Amino acid sequence: MAIWLNDSSKVIVQGMTGSEGTKHTRRMLAAGTNIVGGVNARKAGTTHEGLPVFGTVAEAMERTGADVSVVFVPPKFTKDAVIEAIDAGIGLCVVITEGVPVHDTTAFWAHAVATGNRTRIIGPNCPGIASPGKSNAGIIPADITTEGRIGLVSKSGTLTYQLMYELRDIGFSTAVGIGGDPVIGTTHIDCLQAFQEDPETDAIVMIGEIGGDAEERAAAYIDQHVTKPVVAYVAGFTAPEGKTMGHAGAIVSGSSGTAQAKKEALEKVGVRVGKTPSETARLMREIMKSR
Amino acid sequence: MDLFEHQAKELFAEYGIAVPRGKVAHTPEQARALAEEFAAAGSSRVVVKAQVKTGGRGKAGGVKVADDASDAYGKATDILGMDIKGHTVHKVLIEEASSIAQEYYFSFLLDRANRTFLAICSAEGGMDIEEVAATTPDKVAKIPVSALTGVDRARAREIAEAGGLPAEALDGAAELIEKLWMVFVDEDATLVEVNPMILTSDGRVMALDGKVTLDDNAAFRQADHEERFADKAAEDPLEAKAKAKDLNYVKLDGTVGIIGNGAGLVMSTLDVVAYAGEEFGGQKPANFLDIGGGASAEVMADGLDIVLSDPDVKSVFVNVFGGITACDAVANGIVSAVKLLGERGETVDRPLVVRLDGNNAALGRQILTDANIAVVEQVDTMDEAARRAAELAAGSVR
Repeated sequence: MAIWLNDSSKVIVQGMTGSEGTKHTRRMLAAGTNIVGGVNARKAGTTHEGLPVFGTVAEAMERTGADVSVVFVPPKFTKDAVIEAIDAGIGLCVVITEGVPVHDTTAFWAHAVATGNRTRIIGPNCPGIASPGKSNAGIIPADITTEGRIGLVSKSGTLTYQLMYELRDIGFSTAVGIGGDPVIGTTHIDCLQAFQEDPETDAIVMIGEIGGDAEERAAAYIDQHVTKPVVAYVAGFTAPEGKTMGHAGAIVSGSSGTAQAKKEALEKVGVRVGKTPSETARLMREIMKSR
Repeated sequence: MDLFEHQAKELFAEYGIAVPRGKVAHTPEQARALAEEFAAAGSSRVVVKAQVKTGGRGKAGGVKVADDASDAYGKATDILGMDIKGHTVHKVLIEEASSIAQEYYFSFLLDRANRTFLAICSAEGGMDIEEVAATTPDKVAKIPVSALTGVDRARAREIAEAGGLPAEALDGAAELIEKLWMVFVDEDATLVEVNPMILTSDGRVMALDGKVTLDDNAAFRQADHEERFADKAAEDPLEAKAKAKDLNYVKLDGTVGIIGNGAGLVMSTLDVVAYAGEEFGGQKPANFLDIGGGASAEVMADGLDIVLSDPDVKSVFVNVFGGITACDAVANGIVSAVKLLGERGETVDRPLVVRLDGNNAALGRQILTDANIAVVEQVDTMDEAARRAAELAAGSVR
């Protein structure tokens, strides 16, 4: 099972022929991902890394049965690439590209909504999604963890890796890096819902950071809909107001969006919040051991 | 990037949005000269407005009306150099005074939760809109705006009507709102706020204030923004140096230098160091520095160079998780970086606490052990390494 990505997923890479695309296509192949081709209009008909390059997402889907696309195209072209994937009707579009203008993200999201939300979008500016032992769509290092029954959702890439690594003996069903931009396709709540419904996930780790109120909304959702145990971590307690900490979305303006407010909202609904990533891992370990 | 009010208004004027005539003064003398200029043009009353990138200027005494040029000189003297919420006033905007009949509120912004844009409009302007929204929510219209359909004149008029603006202001407000939308889209803004938007006593609608935030991610298609709007004078010199090297560095006020890979991990490192520092007389992180996934020797050297340029830094915590780049490569990067800095004549003279975890962690640790660098100390876990770095910064153990 896992969520959204499993061993039957057929993956194409938009921007496969670029340097990042090439590097990570190799890594995904090594992780066992079933990559069936790439998309680049200018290189259609050629092969790259032993894989066919198609002119459009639609053509790639028609010829290979692909149902997942991973996007590595530069920020300038990301909006068009995602809209193309949406129009082709692909099921999952994972947008790795960092530095996409928020007007472009808002536009492709509006397009997805206007065309009936047929495509699940993850990202942009995210590490992607990995279902260990099954498939890996993005840049999450496959070899830091194992297959298991913890579900993970996170705004941050390296914190995702840190937790996956610390809990590698227990293992993960799926880890989703949703990205730290102000506007993202898949939210904490979407992941919580999917993990709650996934019979192969027993408990959930949620990693958040300062900015916006996504964690507060996730807390309200957990209160109403999630019965599986959730452990959380929030980064950015010491981040000063008005300074962007790396992620475009990680900025505190005024009193909203602080780490403290997020922690309190989560604890209020019974979520245990770790003070450090390692403590968070320990909390999850306790939960999994007691099962 | 946030703009100063005068920059926002310059931008507005380019889009044909009505703003009061105004110019920037850096000294009281300039303020007097500008006021004289406006007086000669027929308006002797001017407003002297502190130019700082924060709200609450009025309450702090940073906005004052002057009756004539010598009054403008006095008011500018008061305001220049003032501290408003930690921002020093280096310049004032001298503007002809407007004759205000009514004040409204208007903004376009990003609605993160709903992943769309939002127009906020209210007939209750001039004050803190969050307070108005909290006490009388029905007086604040929040209207979603689709990125696909945008705002034309008719839609702009609907928004103004929803905000409860009176009939006599609707035409002018609709025109202004439509043009603000063009600013919002064409300039890749994430916020365009006008508070107050005013109706003058002769029936015109104007932007009396302006707050604009631009999206840094759009720099590739907004080539002039950086050149035109970046506040180079206010930039921390180390932040500027880091920016030139494409490093993501934010100066903070502690003693423990931080280098890590990935924004989330570095943010988390700051927190963990601050917790650990409580034990050692309140040692705090000195900076945020994300060297990204790669962590090559060159980038590590540039990062160390910048962190060590901060004289407040007493120890450095290098916190790297080997994911895409394995720990052996990172360890080699640290060894080469220390060597590289030595060759540049910038010998690393403060302790480096290094924590390597993740892919090939054992190999990476071995490389550092073998390199036997005097200032480098390895600690296996993030929490313990943070503690050690804070301890070293406090100087309690050498």
